[in-house]
Amino acid sequence: MVTTAPNNLVYERPEGFTDTPTHYCPGCTHGVAHRLVAEVLEEMGVLDKTIGVAPVGCAVFAYNYFETDFVEAPHGRAPAMATGIKRVMPERVVFTYQGDGDLASIGMGEIVHAAARGENITVIFINNANYGMTGGQMAPTTLPGMKTTSSPNGRDVETQGYPIRVSEMLSTLDGAGYVVRRSLHDPKNIRLAKKAIRIAFETQIRGLGFSLVELLSTCPVNWNMKPVDALKFVEEKMVPYFPLGDYKLSAGAAQIKI
Amino acid sequence: MTRELWKGNEAIAEAAVRAGLEAYFGYPITPQTEVLEYLSRRMPELGRTFLQAESELGAINMVYGAACAGVRVMSTSSSPGVSLMMEGLSYIAGTEIPAVLVNVMRGGPGLGNIAPSQADYSHAVHGGGHGDYFPIVLAPASVQEAIDLTVLSFDLAEKYRSICMIILDGSIGQMMEPIQMPEMKPIQRKDWEWATNGKMGKRERRILTSIYLDPYAEEVTNLRLLERWKHIQQDEVRYKEYFLDDAEFVVIGFGTAGRVALSAVRAARAQGIKVGLLRPVTVSPFPHKVIDELVQRVQGLLVVEMNTGQMLEDVRLSVKGRVPVEFYGRLGGVVPFPDEVLSEIQRVASSRLSLEVNPREEWFERMMAH
Repeated sequence: MVTTAPNNLVYERPEGFTDTPTHYCPGCTHGVAHRLVAEVLEEMGVLDKTIGVAPVGCAVFAYNYFETDFVEAPHGRAPAMATGIKRVMPERVVFTYQGDGDLASIGMGEIVHAAARGENITVIFINNANYGMTGGQMAPTTLPGMKTTSSPNGRDVETQGYPIRVSEMLSTLDGAGYVVRRSLHDPKNIRLAKKAIRIAFETQIRGLGFSLVELLSTCPVNWNMKPVDALKFVEEKMVPYFPLGDYKLSAGAAQIKI
Repeated sequence: MTRELWKGNEAIAEAAVRAGLEAYFGYPITPQTEVLEYLSRRMPELGRTFLQAESELGAINMVYGAACAGVRVMSTSSSPGVSLMMEGLSYIAGTEIPAVLVNVMRGGPGLGNIAPSQADYSHAVHGGGHGDYFPIVLAPASVQEAIDLTVLSFDLAEKYRSICMIILDGSIGQMMEPIQMPEMKPIQRKDWEWATNGKMGKRERRILTSIYLDPYAEEVTNLRLLERWKHIQQDEVRYKEYFLDDAEFVVIGFGTAGRVALSAVRAARAQGIKVGLLRPVTVSPFPHKVIDELVQRVQGLLVVEMNTGQMLEDVRLSVKGRVPVEFYGRLGGVVPFPDEVLSEIQRVASSRLSLEVNPREEWFERMMAH
């Protein structure tokens, strides 16, 4: 391990992380999203009472990386598992970390009803417009015309339907306390994403209902792009279709000052 | 203690409460719904968790989450709903955590009907969900036994970090009988050495998962589950026997079929036929040993079920072709009358039985001839 003199130290592993190299592909923004969650949990001093729920998908091994208790849910069922945990231990901090196939396709029932019930859980939702773990198939969030291994000629909305804007949809539910979309394509947006993640966990701790942060993310390997091009793709193609913004800011959540 | 008149489904619900049920997650489906309705009133008044889930998928995964936290948790459903729960059940088995699931069985396959059935025997006993695992499955024949087994199910689930299922025919869920309730036990949340309930400054972090990407690690897990199952087979077999001491013929049936058969056995005894009844209470682990002993001293067996002979296969595994096995089944939610079973006992006791015949095929031909 390289040691750095303390006065030169500007960046280190957050306490919320275990000392485990991640399995994510080069250029993928999962690592960034993980780090933001770990930093927020550390800064809030809640690592000790947090239980994470990992999905099925690229983040299936998320439980290896966080310095908290963790469980691993069946595909799409993380919000239901999180509900079971939170309901019997309401004083704990419970979050799910889910991709777009997991949350917006097979797990659509679970996420909608967790939000409708106003479950006091926090959901980190990674939207990278494809199924990463299984090798880049079309997801509910795949853009019109976008080529994937299961839409080889580009997503044809006539036969394969339209992308789902999850944050907008969930924002219509009264149980949702805080639902926002952010992006991880540049440092400014990463900082905004971190702030949103902090507000989401604060929403949970204050009992203000369901909170979700959707993060537009890259998947350079399955998109067949260099990492920098993938970041550009998010900015130029994904943000216009999935506009960034606060879709549900309940009166309580609006009071949260970071 | 006084005896009270209780409906099966409500009795199961109250028995679970008294056994320390801390959380219940369910979804409405006939003929199980009274469990959900009862607990929707009872759990909140005790400050415990009740939640009506969005689906059986949601319900079983809420059970999964609460079970990971280490609390006594249960769901109940009926056949089509239990099919949906099989995904979660497999994960719970693979994660090696305790959970109780009650299936108030109805006629099937598909939407079927809402009449009492035993058609989910194989589905429950031989897995149902994917992967190699062995659930404990209990089969009550009365409301009182349903109560007693509900209490037992939590202890078994926790002792073996296993799923414990109770399968009861819809009739037992729906019928009222005089029963005695167990004493109310206070909730004693145990700090299990495996529970993911937050580090709270006391310990290293814990992970609960059913994923073993390395096949060798999965094989070790499969072997651990099998080893645990061998202990369960050794120590947890339960059954009821009636008139077996001098029996020349033995009827084998579980749940309602076993109960109806008991009336028939009594009637046959009154006619001088030396017949007894074996009623498995744990259908998994199955009472292979007791059947093995019976086979050495009886002339033939008659298996009675409310399905096409699903337990029959397990009986034949015990018998290993040593004595003739006959079968009588009613299907699709039809409950046999004692007279029908009595006729079968008379037929079996008076005919020349063969080791060569396939009991299901013979029964099928008799059914089709009617």
